[in-house]
Amino acid sequence: MNDSEVHEPAAKPRVSGIGRLLIAVYGVLALAATGRSFVQIASEFTDAPLAYSLSALAAVVYIIATIALIKRSVLWYKIAWITISFELLGVLVVGTLSLLEPALFQHKTVWSVFGQGYGFVPLVLPLLGMWWLSRHPISAAVAPRTGRKGSE
Amino acid sequence: MIDWFTWLQLAVAVPGGLLCIIVGLVGRKPTDLTMGATALVEVLLIVQLAAAVIAPLAGNAATGSLLEFYTYLVSAILLPVAAGFWALVERSRWSTVILGVTCLSVAVMLYRMNQIWNVQGS
Repeated sequence: MNDSEVHEPAAKPRVSGIGRLLIAVYGVLALAATGRSFVQIASEFTDAPLAYSLSALAAVVYIIATIALIKRSVLWYKIAWITISFELLGVLVVGTLSLLEPALFQHKTVWSVFGQGYGFVPLVLPLLGMWWLSRHPISAAVAPRTGRKGSE
Repeated sequence: MIDWFTWLQLAVAVPGGLLCIIVGLVGRKPTDLTMGATALVEVLLIVQLAAAVIAPLAGNAATGSLLEFYTYLVSAILLPVAAGFWALVERSRWSTVILGVTCLSVAVMLYRMNQIWNVQGS
C-alpha cells in the first residue's frame, strides 16, 4: 500500500535530511515546553494546577517524541506515532477549549489557542511529523539490524 | 537586560539564523561563516549571562520572574552548543539549516527574556 517502503531496501541506520530538521525542531520545542513547565510548576502551581499539569504532560510527550524520532526501531516508530498523535489531539482539544471556555485556561499553556504562544509550531509540527513518519515507515522487514529486537 | 545589547544580539541572531537556513537549503555544509555566526550568538549569550547577574547591582533589576528569565537564558545557552556539536559530527546541509533554526530560536528567547526583564510580568 505504501510504496516508500520499496524505495528503502536497506534502512538507513540514521535519519536523513528533513527528518533531522524535524528532530531538531522537536528538540527545541521539548526544551522550551520543559523550561516553561518547570517555571510554572516551581513558581505558581497552585494558580492553575490543571493547566500546568497539562503543560508538564505536554513537555514529557515532546521529549519522548523527540527521542522516538531519533531512535529508528519498530517500537520507537510506534511510540513516535502515539506521541505525535497525542500532541496533535492535545493542541486541537486544548486550543478549542481555550477559545470556547477561556475561564479554564486563564494561564497560558503550550497548547493554548493552538500553540499561539509558540508561533503555532505546536500545531504545525505534529502534522509535519505525521507526514514524515508516513513517508519513512519502519516495519519489521526494514528495521535496522541493531542486534536487539525492536518490538515484542 | 540592556536594551541596546538585546538589539545587538537580535541583530546577530536573526540575520545569522536566516543566513544559515538559506545557505543550508542551498546545499552548503557548515562553514566558518555559519559556524562562526552561531558561535558569535553563543558568545553574546554568555556575555548576556554575566550582564544579567551584574545588572541588578547597577540598579537595573528585572521586573518579571527571574526564574523564568534564567530558565530561558540557560535554555538559550544550551541550544547553540548542541547545534554546534551536531554540525561538527554531521557535516551536511541540514546541520547548517539546524544551526539557523537554533539561532532563530535563540532570537525568540532573547525577545521573551527582554520582555520579562523590562516589561512587568509575562
